[in-house]
Amino acid sequence: MLPTPKLDFLPVLPELILAGAGIVTLLYEALAPRASRATHLGLSLVGLAAAAGASIALWDRTGDPTVLAGAIQADRLAVVARVIIISVAAVGLLLGTHYYDRSGDERRGEFYPLVLFATTGMTLIVAAADLIVVFLALEILSLSLYVLTGMSRRGQATEASMKYFLLGAFASAFFLYGVAMAYGATGTTKIAGIAHALAGQTGGQALALVALGFLAIGFGFKVSAVPFHMWTPDVYQGAPTPVTAFMAAATKVAAFGALIRVLDVSFQPLAWDWMPVIWALAAASVVVGSVLAIAQSDVKRMLAYSSIAHAGFVLTGLTAANQDGIRAALFYLIAYAMMTLGSFGVVMLVSVRGEERTSLASYSGLGRRQPLLAGLMALFMLSLAGIPPTAGFIAKVGVFGAAIRAGHWQLALVGVVSSVAAAFFYLRVVVLMYMQEPQGEEQEEDRSPLPRLALAVPAILTLVLGVFPQMLLGVLDKASVLRW
Amino acid sequence: MPLDNVVFWVFAPIAVASAIAMLVQRNAVHAALLLIVNFFCIAVFYLLLGAPFLFAVQVIVYAGAIMVLFLFVIMLLGVDRGDTLRERLVGQRPAAIGLGLALALEVFFAVRAGVGFAAKAPVGFEKVNAGGNAQALARVLFRDYFFPFEATSVLLIVAAIAAMVLAQRKARAITQAGAEAAGRGEVA
Repeated sequence: MLPTPKLDFLPVLPELILAGAGIVTLLYEALAPRASRATHLGLSLVGLAAAAGASIALWDRTGDPTVLAGAIQADRLAVVARVIIISVAAVGLLLGTHYYDRSGDERRGEFYPLVLFATTGMTLIVAAADLIVVFLALEILSLSLYVLTGMSRRGQATEASMKYFLLGAFASAFFLYGVAMAYGATGTTKIAGIAHALAGQTGGQALALVALGFLAIGFGFKVSAVPFHMWTPDVYQGAPTPVTAFMAAATKVAAFGALIRVLDVSFQPLAWDWMPVIWALAAASVVVGSVLAIAQSDVKRMLAYSSIAHAGFVLTGLTAANQDGIRAALFYLIAYAMMTLGSFGVVMLVSVRGEERTSLASYSGLGRRQPLLAGLMALFMLSLAGIPPTAGFIAKVGVFGAAIRAGHWQLALVGVVSSVAAAFFYLRVVVLMYMQEPQGEEQEEDRSPLPRLALAVPAILTLVLGVFPQMLLGVLDKASVLRW
Repeated sequence: MPLDNVVFWVFAPIAVASAIAMLVQRNAVHAALLLIVNFFCIAVFYLLLGAPFLFAVQVIVYAGAIMVLFLFVIMLLGVDRGDTLRERLVGQRPAAIGLGLALALEVFFAVRAGVGFAAKAPVGFEKVNAGGNAQALARVLFRDYFFPFEATSVLLIVAAIAAMVLAQRKARAITQAGAEAAGRGEVA
């Protein structure tokens, strides 16, 4: 008879609720195949709200920081990251429901359970205290996203899904190899255990450095940092727009959440070794993302390159390798999630039947045809460009400040110069919308209120966080203390 | 000669012979069957090395599940399709031969140097294995790693949904094409 270990399931309650909601929506689809999408949406939103509540309840949790035999970290970083991911998922589901409703596509009942399972993987990865759990969560979220990417009748979506799957599997293999190397170097896969083992070691760290390299490659793929970004434009363009919105915003938060733990806990003793690597990744992502985005003529592709550049800005914050950097990165992630979610949401609403109006040219004169959408898009574009008084500006100041205080002023300089170049293609959209005449004859417009209501959330947050960032900074101050 | 060694020397030639026979076999189904023989021989080695759990897993998962999957794919592709043997990648054969030779050399020198060979049992092995090897694994799996173990179940559900979605699309495309053909008045 095995002695029963002490189990504290409270810290994984959000994941249990999310997975439960996923199973309920799946069963509901199987048992009531003719039910409307609204019921699915309602069930999923209830699950997301309950999971968000359960996460927030963990904020004041005291006691052992690692639970469930060292598999789960119950700290405030996990709480903040979970709440962002769950909010993004909720908006993504609202957008997706509208997308599939109006596209006249077949039933896509699997959309809801897949988004919920992807969310489970994302919230699990930010709370993982063991590299094995990180890997499992990574696979849960990736597998769901591969299928979601292909959820469309268009051949482009299938191609994107295939590409994402192949490169993602490749990245997972690198990650797993890194986990094995870390185990070889330290004899443990626990994130905190690796740090203890490395801190006690003197002499050769070659195996640990190899492990770090492989893990960095795995994460680099997931956050789409240059030079591991090749898949991003094709996948973001090919996937159905609401899926892109969800994927672009939430995956980055999840992957960076785990990366922060791996870098700032596990490999903290080797901080001086990984700092130059992250420095180089950050600089390359910022420059390549910004420059290539200028040449794009498709909005989804342009936003994909912009997301690569934004991954670089978050990495810039992480080069500080201290609490200051983590806080700046977290703020950036929140701002980025809101702006990206919002801009892809607008892109979705501009095309009336799916994806037919994603070229930049179709945005000319949008200010006249759809003043509200154009206004929202302008707000998100200004925020992405980092122009005050938006969240994007405060976020950029934060990461550059953290990098400069840590002595990486050259990197901050690269970031600022790239931001200036990047402002060109963001503002080009604004100019197109307001200073050009609409092209072609009158076209059908999408004027449904529900998705607009959903987009109000990221829009308001983008503005409020730009004007009153102190509201969030206090919370992030506490969240950026990693307990282990 | 202890009984262990007798069993080993009976099964070792079978393992090597079945592996070589599998490689030179042109019929895919026969190759798969020879692979099963090989898997069983390796399972016996695990048993000899005192790993009964690995023995059972090798038989159930590899010789059982994975081989069935192999045969399934072979049958789906068609047993007597000749073009599967055509090489599509340029320079694949020389590269494979070169890498294979390199691996053989590496193994040879590793064996000569004694890398990875333990002269005595690993430290603490008896203590870890107290009460049986399978029990020790169960202790680790269901106590220390029970949460990752449970998380795997979510992964499997997602994989099942994924397979369902992909298969459904194919079925839909086929019925759609059939309906279109019928609509044009063609004989299906």
